[in-house]
Amino acid sequence: MILVHELTKNFGKLNVLQKISTRLEGGISYALVGPNGSGKTTLIKCILGMVIQDDGYILVNDEPILGKWEYRENIGYMPQIGRYPDNMKIGQLLDMILDIRPAQVTTDDDLINEFGLRKIADKRMHTLSGGTRQKVSAALAFLFDPAILILDEPTAGLDPIAVEIIKEKILSGKKKEKVFIISSHILSDLDELSTHLLCLEDGKLLCDNSIENLKEQTGEEKLGKAIASMMKQNQTEFAL
Amino acid sequence: MMKIAKYALLDILRNRFVLFYTFFLLLVSLSMFSLDSDSSKATLSLLNIILMVVPLVSIIFTTIHFFNSYEFIELMLSQPINRKAIFASEFIAVSAALCTSYLVGIGIPVLLLNNSAESMVLILSGLMLTLVFVALGFAASISTRDKAKGIGVALLFWFYFSLIYDGLLLYIIYSFSDYPLEKITLMLVSLNPVDLARIVILLKLDISALMGYTGAFYKNFFGSSLGILYSLGVLGLWVIIPFLISIKVFLKKDI
Repeated sequence: MILVHELTKNFGKLNVLQKISTRLEGGISYALVGPNGSGKTTLIKCILGMVIQDDGYILVNDEPILGKWEYRENIGYMPQIGRYPDNMKIGQLLDMILDIRPAQVTTDDDLINEFGLRKIADKRMHTLSGGTRQKVSAALAFLFDPAILILDEPTAGLDPIAVEIIKEKILSGKKKEKVFIISSHILSDLDELSTHLLCLEDGKLLCDNSIENLKEQTGEEKLGKAIASMMKQNQTEFAL
Repeated sequence: MMKIAKYALLDILRNRFVLFYTFFLLLVSLSMFSLDSDSSKATLSLLNIILMVVPLVSIIFTTIHFFNSYEFIELMLSQPINRKAIFASEFIAVSAALCTSYLVGIGIPVLLLNNSAESMVLILSGLMLTLVFVALGFAASISTRDKAKGIGVALLFWFYFSLIYDGLLLYIIYSFSDYPLEKITLMLVSLNPVDLARIVILLKLDISALMGYTGAFYKNFFGSSLGILYSLGVLGLWVIIPFLISIKVFLKKDI
């Protein structure tokens, strides 16, 4: 569904992404991990067309995305820090998004209902807590029932009940052959939710492997330990 | 696109600055006409205030608005919406708000109290100045990443066109006063939208006799309907060129 080919992006002298190539298929949930500043968010923003790459290309459903915007109808995006117009109320924001995308009739307001967002529709965006903002972001990402979902740290700052709701939503979406790209630092969540691991370090793709394979290769039961031992191996390889 | 412009406009109207600006302009125009019984003199005083205030407010308001609606732009960019449409609707929203303010604050009182050809020229060139400085404001904010720098660049534009350029022009005319400079100054004037607006209105007000030989030459050129068309056309270019440059930068900008 998504093909990334030798994607390169520099911010000034900083090489944020260096020739990243990978292929993402439907029905698989990808865990995007890596240390802070390893280029996870930049990769996500490249796929969304918010950051323009310096070299390489991205295809979504076999179409190059550079300068295009129609393909975003198939993408739901939940940003790491949801930033919304301060003066808008939750209800106004939801109605606005629904209003400017009339082309799509099928909407999925499960999350709006489950998070009870309509009940607090009169709250202005700047009065919201970080967690409530995350709930709004999540609801917007799932709103148009897209085939591709990109979630940047979806569980950070959410209360346990909300985390469970989102997890349920992701697992049921996986059954509908959707692609998930989940970036997170909470490996136990990823262990539950994802089937494939993409590990970035310093703008390079360190690992592109299914989690099952990885666990087998490293002989570990848990994703966290498997990643740690993979990184250790890599470091020893470097040292040699 | 119009829908996005509508939401951007709603956002502008939600903070009351535009309302305040309208009242300020209304107050200025009414007090000018009540202070001076000679309506063409009043128009002249009004002109001097307009030439300072309209560019300043337009460019600063645009810059601040752009940085304040960064979140909105970010949100729109994650939706299936053309980047060009997002930019164009922001531009339409800001210009619509400021032009309406100007029309209500200056246009209506001037037309009611001094309905003449020079008032029409005053209103038209004020509207064009608003658009020019909105376009320059977008150019200033798009070429910078943080708000303080953006406002700094915007202020620099304003200082340059309102104060510095005049000085430079005067210096050039003075140092080369032995040469025939009419055509060259005409060209140099076209490089500054504020001067262009000023000269057109001054000539319409028929006080060009004070400006000597060059004034006569200008009168000959700008006083004709062709001259007015020319100057409005050049002001139009001053809107279109910064707009096109900023849209080009915006299409490549990392958000």
